[in-house]
Amino acid sequence: MIKVRVEFLGGLDVVFSKQRVHDLTIDAEELSMQGLIDYIVQNLITNKNDVDVFLEDDNIRPGIITLINDTDWELEGEMEYEVCDGDVISFTSTLHGG
Amino acid sequence: MVSEVNQDLINELAALKLENARLRRQVESQPTTVQEYPLSLEEYRRYGRQMIVEDTGGVQGQVRLKNSKVLVVGAGGLGCPALPYLAGAGIGQIGIVDNDIVDTSNLHRQVLHDSTKVGMLKCESAKAVLNKLNPHVNVVTYPVRLNYSNAFDIFDGYDYVLDCTDTPLTRYLISDVAVNLGITVVSASGLGTEGQLTVLNFNNTGPCYRCFYPIPPNPMSVSSCQEGGVIGPCIGLVGTMMAVEAIKLIIGIYTPENFQPFLTLYSGFPQQTLRTFKMRGRQSKCICCGDNRSITRAAIESGEINYELFCGSRNYNVCSPDERITVNKFKDEYYDRTTQDYVLLDVRPSHHYEISHFPDAFNIPVKKLKDMHGSMAELQKEIPSIKEDSEVLVLCRYGNDSQLATRLLKDEFKLPNVKDIQGGFFRYIDEVDSSIPKY
Ligand SMILES: [Zn+2]
Repeated sequence: MIKVRVEFLGGLDVVFSKQRVHDLTIDAEELSMQGLIDYIVQNLITNKNDVDVFLEDDNIRPGIITLINDTDWELEGEMEYEVCDGDVISFTSTLHGG
Repeated sequence: MVSEVNQDLINELAALKLENARLRRQVESQPTTVQEYPLSLEEYRRYGRQMIVEDTGGVQGQVRLKNSKVLVVGAGGLGCPALPYLAGAGIGQIGIVDNDIVDTSNLHRQVLHDSTKVGMLKCESAKAVLNKLNPHVNVVTYPVRLNYSNAFDIFDGYDYVLDCTDTPLTRYLISDVAVNLGITVVSASGLGTEGQLTVLNFNNTGPCYRCFYPIPPNPMSVSSCQEGGVIGPCIGLVGTMMAVEAIKLIIGIYTPENFQPFLTLYSGFPQQTLRTFKMRGRQSKCICCGDNRSITRAAIESGEINYELFCGSRNYNVCSPDERITVNKFKDEYYDRTTQDYVLLDVRPSHHYEISHFPDAFNIPVKKLKDMHGSMAELQKEIPSIKEDSEVLVLCRYGNDSQLATRLLKDEFKLPNVKDIQGGFFRYIDEVDSSIPKY
């Protein structure tokens, strides 16, 4: 069992039942970021029409920043990162208004 | 008698000579003492409370501020709070780029302007306030839209640029030009109750906008035709944070040793939070600031880098002319009918609809309509009277989403008699009935 907190910020929560923070307990021995993202798409996006708000060509959509424990996932191995118990994974869409 | 008088005069003369020498010394030494002060006495009084904050470096820090030139692109929600704080702090020269004019709908958040300035250029409105706030600051205005051909000339000579703009296109352009000129950018944005803040191209070694966002967002994915709402003090706080970053950069709080690429995220609701994320450094594969650069000054200035194409634009023109109707025709041929034998469908988000709407219009936001996947049964749950042969007129705020909805109704719901009201609710208000509240 892996406990992980997932956050959807910058307005992304609209496709996750308007809920910004989701505390998940995932039944797995090991979980990569790829695995977590698959889990999110299957279980947290209620309306399948909305998947393209989150993914584009099976990758996180351009314009969304992914953070692992408040650090850019680029510094942590992106899709290969092994999710640990207690991790906080945040997704924030980039704002453009000014 | 005479000799006594002479003696007195001689004594007095000697005393006067001494005094004269002393005064001369004083007078001679005075100008050099004055020149030792780098600021006027008024400036000492004005900036005293700032200079006695030890981290600013006192007079030395103040002189740095006075010698610096900062360019603010955009005098809107972010620029309005950033500008007076920069002027108040004593930045030597502040440039303002904005070709937009003040509109009543700006004033809930762009509080540097005011109701008497409606219709005036934002950069001129801002300049008037800054000149009154601090006459020591040289304010330069650029009432133009920043583009690939004018950006280099405008940026040239500035030490820092504040990106207070509101489109991905200008964000890429500002970052690209700044990297090519070796300028550090304070970049921020905001929408709704949230805001983001970062520093780009720090010391020509930090990441640029393209390092963070190598691929621009798909314009169709950034929601709908409605410009997003925004809470004034939320975006205002982010603009204020931009001024803090600019001051820190100028007085040298960040050094190449201590600077860490970051992205700060402010959330106003439900609980106010401020989080700073550790971000990637400069990317060697970045096409602007990396090892193999293609975004050069020559490439930008020649127009070779097509920002419009790169960032894309939404294609709303999905209806043919015969699928559309003008607001005046709508009024004459439909709205003035005695019995409403057609369906009027307003596809704006419900919270827009609730602000003001036609009394007999149904409201199904375009997103909800899309999620019905062309099911008449689903549609009839919302509009019980609707049938295959119903005449349907669709409207939204400006006439963009209504075109998408018209397409959906015709192509997916197979309703043949659907028309888009051109220009939407707002054009109806402008051209037909100005007594309806426009927001
Ligand atoms: Zn870069």
